[in-house]
Amino acid sequence: MNIQTPKAGGALVLPQSVMDALLPMHIHIGADGTILHAGPTCERMVGSPGSVGRQILDVFRIRRPDGIDNFDALMQAANQRLSLSLRQADHLPFRGVIQPLPGGAGAVMNLSFGLSFARAVTEFSLTLTDFAPTDQTVELLYLNEAKASTTRLSEHLTNRLQDAHAIAQAQARTDVLTGLSNRRAMDDELKYLISSRNQDFTLMHLDLDLFKQVNDTHGHAAGDAVLMEIGKILDSELRRHDFPARIGGDEFLIALRPAQSDAVVARIANRIIRRIEEPIYIEDITVRISASVGIASTPSYQRRPELKQLMEDVDNALYAAKHNGRGQYSIFDPELA
Amino acid sequence: MHGMINRAFQGFLVDTYGREVWDEVRSVAQLRFVDFEAMLQYDDRLTLSCFDAARTLLHKHPNVLLEDLGTFLITHPPYAPLKRLLRFGGSTLSDFLLSLDELPERGRMAMPNIEMPEIEVFAVDERTFQLKARWVLPGIGPILLGALRAMADDYGALATLSLDGFDGKKECLHIDIFDTAHSKGNAFVLGEVPA
Repeated sequence: MNIQTPKAGGALVLPQSVMDALLPMHIHIGADGTILHAGPTCERMVGSPGSVGRQILDVFRIRRPDGIDNFDALMQAANQRLSLSLRQADHLPFRGVIQPLPGGAGAVMNLSFGLSFARAVTEFSLTLTDFAPTDQTVELLYLNEAKASTTRLSEHLTNRLQDAHAIAQAQARTDVLTGLSNRRAMDDELKYLISSRNQDFTLMHLDLDLFKQVNDTHGHAAGDAVLMEIGKILDSELRRHDFPARIGGDEFLIALRPAQSDAVVARIANRIIRRIEEPIYIEDITVRISASVGIASTPSYQRRPELKQLMEDVDNALYAAKHNGRGQYSIFDPELA
Repeated sequence: MHGMINRAFQGFLVDTYGREVWDEVRSVAQLRFVDFEAMLQYDDRLTLSCFDAARTLLHKHPNVLLEDLGTFLITHPPYAPLKRLLRFGGSTLSDFLLSLDELPERGRMAMPNIEMPEIEVFAVDERTFQLKARWVLPGIGPILLGALRAMADDYGALATLSLDGFDGKKECLHIDIFDTAHSKGNAFVLGEVPA
């Protein structure tokens, strides 16, 4: 059957083969809503036994405009953008437009995939020849696939950069000798802790006693070995969420999180000092050192202290400890300040 | 030169000749990094010095190395997505060849900054084609020779391809198709096969 316009206005008779080639997703519908012919790509999607002879609304469900449940209503929607789907594949919406033929000779409806194109070509196993050469759907598919490939590459790159960034950051924040955090990391940590009002913490400032003598007597290699040993001691004596750092030659800062009572802090400081006072064996020499510790805790202040204040107070506590002789600790008390 | 192209050349050397050869190439070329990164841009001089290093180390004629690179890009399984994108050009080898003048646009749709060859296609008759190609670096002729030969296989066509000289500006190729359905070739369905 050919689709024919009447003689008025210049007759245009389009053989089915021409329609199939130009619009492989068209459907020729009779005056009573029966499908008279469907383009090859439509037929391919409907599959066996085909759509010819069936009612258009038995094959398709019109999703937009709402409420189209009979052929007359569909004809009223001529020239509008239709959203419709095959009843057998309701999850894949098509776009469509229907155009009545003159003289009540039925209608022609043409379909395209709209945004479901990628899923639709997969589900219906379509090939290049299922699309008219003018159809941009193929270009959309190409772009879609190209985009997926390049997105994957970008994601790989981003992940690698993220890993490299994390490693670089960890290196920049680690004291190479002891494996503890360095001054920069501690500065950041303290800034963070002091600014989070609900984080109470205790700060310990630990300074080695007699360390200079080790360096002077046995050389820097021995001094380095001692520092490494201190790193191990702090690592093993503290809990996982405490934060020890080497901030200078033989100076260490330790943030205990959460803050501890004076009694507990005293016990921790004592334990660390006693461990440090144990003899350290470096090859064939034995080294004995000690440590002094100054301590200040945020809860002991009436008002949240500034970081500068806290650092000054913990330093003063350290001086007080040193003043009392080697291997002592001293807890700063704002009441007495 | 776009990292994608550098990375492809690196991939070709690594997968064809081994990691040690690549390590030697980048040492001769004085690369300061281990791998090209596909999503970054590099100075053209790096591309050229890698190519020169590879050619020297492998004792290969430049054209032979470039042709092998072209073949590799189409036949190496990890590059299947690239071959698929090319197959969008046409459903037959002839359609595909005729679509090659769209290659720069296609390339830029996928990667806005990538350097694509400008290709002019002349259909002498139904089964004879002439290609004239120009790229930012010399050597696009042999790369296309290897790649298009592999594409002909993929379409299942029997065809001969040969370099056809240099016209002063462009590198020329001559293609004769003897049989469009010589073998089954590889099917191309539009929907991407789920990984």
